[in-house]
Amino acid sequence: MIPVNWNRTKDLVTSYLFVFPAALLFVVFSIFPFFKVFQLSVFEWDGIATQMRFVGLNNFRDAIFRDPSWWISMRNASEITLVTLLFQNTLALVLALIVDREIKGKNFYRVVFYLPPVLSGIVVGLVWNWIFDGSHGLLNYALTGMGLGGWTRAWLADPKTALLSVAVIHMWKGFGWGFVILLAGLQAIPRELNEAARVDGAGEWRIFSRITVPLMLPVFFLVSVLTILGTMQIFDIIISTTNGGPGYHTEVPITRILVAMVGSSRFGYACSLGILFGLILLAVSMVQMRLSKWSSRYS
Amino acid sequence: MNAILTPPRPSEKIQFQLWAYKIKHWARHGAAELVCLTVAAACLFPLVWMVASSLKTQSTVFSDMSLWVSHPHWHNYYEAWTRGHFSRYFFNSIFYTGIVVFGVIWISSMAAYAFSRLEFPGRNVMFIIIISTMMIPIPGSFIALYVVLNKLGLIDTRLGYILPQINGGLALGIFLLKTFFDKLPPDLEDAARIDGCNKFQVYWHVAMPLAKPAVAVLAVFNALAVWNEYLLAMLVLSNRSLMPLQRGLMVFQGSHITEYPLLMAGIAISIVPIVSLYFLMQRYIVAGITAGALKM
Repeated sequence: MIPVNWNRTKDLVTSYLFVFPAALLFVVFSIFPFFKVFQLSVFEWDGIATQMRFVGLNNFRDAIFRDPSWWISMRNASEITLVTLLFQNTLALVLALIVDREIKGKNFYRVVFYLPPVLSGIVVGLVWNWIFDGSHGLLNYALTGMGLGGWTRAWLADPKTALLSVAVIHMWKGFGWGFVILLAGLQAIPRELNEAARVDGAGEWRIFSRITVPLMLPVFFLVSVLTILGTMQIFDIIISTTNGGPGYHTEVPITRILVAMVGSSRFGYACSLGILFGLILLAVSMVQMRLSKWSSRYS
Repeated sequence: MNAILTPPRPSEKIQFQLWAYKIKHWARHGAAELVCLTVAAACLFPLVWMVASSLKTQSTVFSDMSLWVSHPHWHNYYEAWTRGHFSRYFFNSIFYTGIVVFGVIWISSMAAYAFSRLEFPGRNVMFIIIISTMMIPIPGSFIALYVVLNKLGLIDTRLGYILPQINGGLALGIFLLKTFFDKLPPDLEDAARIDGCNKFQVYWHVAMPLAKPAVAVLAVFNALAVWNEYLLAMLVLSNRSLMPLQRGLMVFQGSHITEYPLLMAGIAISIVPIVSLYFLMQRYIVAGITAGALKM
């Protein structure tokens, strides 16, 4: 007879009861789907049939070598990301620097700048859709009023401007988020450092380049990588404005994955696209972690 | 005596320098204010214009570009609410948001409490696995999620839209609350235990009331996420009577593409609750983003 310690057993059971609901949901909706994606990626399956045809790595081969639209979508997302990294984060940093130092009403600006990030991508897309509209859009109206009638166009339907217009909408929605994080980073810098430097005769630029930038490097890297991850996975704004058009000019990876899944019922292929995309994003976050570790060692 | 106490008058030159400094200071200050005000105006303008347009009529909306509507056409809101079915979408969104927020807080606080305070085999492994999903991006997982929901018969059901979202909030919730519980001094809980409380009672009556600030952050964040969610709603829900607002907006836009005033009224309806919540709780939101982001 093995002696059973009932008190101990009861104790363990109650402990497990605490984590059981979380663990159950997590297994069903996170862990299982995670492995299912890898399994499905080597099959040809329409999502309905009981039979799945094993195709090995064909889906990945198709994705990499035979699907130009996939790489177009990657390039589009990369372009939006690059524009966002440059302009959105610069604007966010400039605003954060200004608000951090010389302005009253810090809280007012923080509340207003963070308003667009609170709205959904659908709402933002639908409102801007009308601003950029070709026939009765507000932007064209304003341009005509300023005597720049020649510049008017259907901004979101013109292949030349569609992608950039989407990027503008995305940045309008996103800069407040970068602003809030950068401002918090700036406010975490001890004031005494700046003041000591000023007493020692350092100018504004010197303080910025020798104190602010080194101390903010980890925050810069964090904001950059979150910008990259968020922008590469842009979707709501696309679907509520251009839906990928005109042609493939604003297709992004998530819309392509959805087209493969819902449009052409190739679940396996959609999964392989998802894995490829996930690996690329993972590589980006790994680089960020490395850089972040490196920068915190030197600051 | 008087001559010693009154400071000497600054010479002409020093006075000039003083003025130059003051002007420079004000110029800088003014420029800074101007930049910030311009950006703030750019943030608010599309929203003001949206509200203004929602009060115009179909015939004036394309010709009258003014921001101030002298004869507001409130009837648009009634039309959107009834004919556009926004009442249904609205209450669906309220329902989904309430249930998911409640579920996330309840389930993640229990788990976080266990990870922080209770001893059981597998504790650390489970915690690390759950937290690691915050770090690994899996953009294709919604395909497999759809397959799972299909197998469970949850496609086009409210439950099928709710459960994955509760799960989606768990990682952040457990992480935030566990860090919070870790920092709480255990004395109060010990006292409660000595007074005869069992584990659930200690968790519910002692730990949870203390965790209110963290719970508030969590509630706001999840409310925003659920209210604004679109992709899952698009995949899971095709029955119009189950759709939340974001989905409803797209459906409305698809079928009434030219009725801009009504669409804008629908958008205004859809943002009122979330913007109010934001204004009421913005302190927690700012605290949450900065804490979450800077600790990573």
